[in-house]
Amino acid sequence: MPDVIVGKAADFADPGRKVVDISGTEIGVFRLGDEFYAYHNICPHLDGPACQGKILPLATEAVCEDKSSTGRIYSKTQTNIICPWHGFEFDIRTGRHPTDGNVRLRPVPVSVRDGDVYVNVPVRN
Amino acid sequence: MPLETPPRAGSIRELPEITVASDTRDYLAHAAKQALKYDDYELIVDIDAHLQEGGFWGEIIGLLENDVLKQTAEEMMRGRGGMPLINMQPGMSFQSLAGRVPHQSGPTEPTDDPAKAGHRFVQIVRRTIDTMGLDYQIIFPTSMLHLGMNPMEDIEIYLARAYCKWLAEVIIPQDKRIIGLAYLPFNTPSECEKLVKQYGDNPGIVGFTICAVRHKPVHANQYMRLYSMIQETGKPLVFHAGPHWDDPSFSQLNRFISMHALSFVHYNLIHMTNWIINAMPERFPKLKTVWVESGLAWIPFLMQRLDHEVMMRQSEAPGLKRLPSEYMKEMFFSSQPMERNNLELLQATMKSFNAETQLLYSSDWPHWDFDPPSSVTTLPFLSDQAKRNILGLNAARVFNLPVKRLRPRAAEVLARMNERHT
Ligand code: FES
Repeated sequence: MPDVIVGKAADFADPGRKVVDISGTEIGVFRLGDEFYAYHNICPHLDGPACQGKILPLATEAVCEDKSSTGRIYSKTQTNIICPWHGFEFDIRTGRHPTDGNVRLRPVPVSVRDGDVYVNVPVRN
Repeated sequence: MPLETPPRAGSIRELPEITVASDTRDYLAHAAKQALKYDDYELIVDIDAHLQEGGFWGEIIGLLENDVLKQTAEEMMRGRGGMPLINMQPGMSFQSLAGRVPHQSGPTEPTDDPAKAGHRFVQIVRRTIDTMGLDYQIIFPTSMLHLGMNPMEDIEIYLARAYCKWLAEVIIPQDKRIIGLAYLPFNTPSECEKLVKQYGDNPGIVGFTICAVRHKPVHANQYMRLYSMIQETGKPLVFHAGPHWDDPSFSQLNRFISMHALSFVHYNLIHMTNWIINAMPERFPKLKTVWVESGLAWIPFLMQRLDHEVMMRQSEAPGLKRLPSEYMKEMFFSSQPMERNNLELLQATMKSFNAETQLLYSSDWPHWDFDPPSSVTTLPFLSDQAKRNILGLNAARVFNLPVKRLRPRAAEVLARMNERHT
């Protein structure tokens, strides 16, 4: 299928997302800063609606030089989309799970032209 | 390649963020699509789903048959709401992963007028079972899973009675696809016996449950009459595991994940060990036991461990006529939370206890680690017959259910879901 407009780039919050069902194909489109990313709304775990979950920064363990921990803090650089079915998290920039990078969302080509955000919807079998 | 003429806005439907207020049908929309794949299965039974009783606590409190406890609870609810009498443990509010898994904190979705559409809980269960493609769902409580640790034994007794009454008289009569188990106030055996007498013949109460989070040895002599009575009913005795952070060993664990991963297995390990070593299966050969919500990996672990030790220490388990694993292979186990990361190990695990005949599908919905039926149907090593057995036919044997389709066709459910959005 050819490119499909999903909305105006300016209408996306930062960080923000829009999940769309285009003739039965569900795609999540995300904005982080000036970049856009898109994935199939199908979680690699058990096919949950991964793109419709919460967006939160990556949680990290604050380990000091002496190897002691001061607890958990949110990353200032990585933002995740979290599947609402069971909580699998995926880096919005790569689509990969933070612990096991082989577990990942399936990417969809996305582009911005003349202020519009397009996704290239794969042809369904 | 860009479109010359981009599609009209109307041909694209925007899907909202899933939140605690989302309609169950939207939450589980992908499960409805999965249900197409097992639509021709004879029977789908979910043997473990949960009431989040916080939303209905006032109704259950209203059925308490003890005026002191009722007044106490009502007074507490007036003051600050919550769930008085339940003795909720600290830490349980971490279940929803700080809102990452919103259904754990619900339901807050709108429902229709109960006078026309039935009790709010019944409406929500109907949405769940239609969307997941289930014929029956067996309801367990949530917060009451810890009630066995409440030092006030009378509270367990009266809440057990009120819960059973609410389930059997208010909820179950409204839909035959919703069934339940009588909660046994196990800290007081004589009261458990009364409930077995009361619900033994009730067709909507398909078994009896011991919520396993408790420090009570299940082999104690005071329970023998209870087990005889349950055996007599032909209904199963179901041990439901649960989390508990106050246990001295678990208080060393600093994260919910650690406590949750271990404690759900821990209580069933203890009760199963007492059950086997004291040869309960020899004393009650016709009593069906079901072990719920500990996953599957613990089963071959305990089989191997007990077989190994029993061979050396027979004098400490003299009632056994066979190896522990042989008895365990005749018991029933629920499927959730299924450890699916290593399929080779899972296959060996399932083989160890004859999953094809002994495993019962359970969702645990709406808890954060729920499993849809596709957790079973997508396993590459199971035969089609094994999947049918695990998803419903085994449960029909255990819970004495007719093998008769009650659920709508999956395509019909999907069509209705689409209509809601047009
Ligand atoms: S389906 Fe996404 S976390 Fe399980």
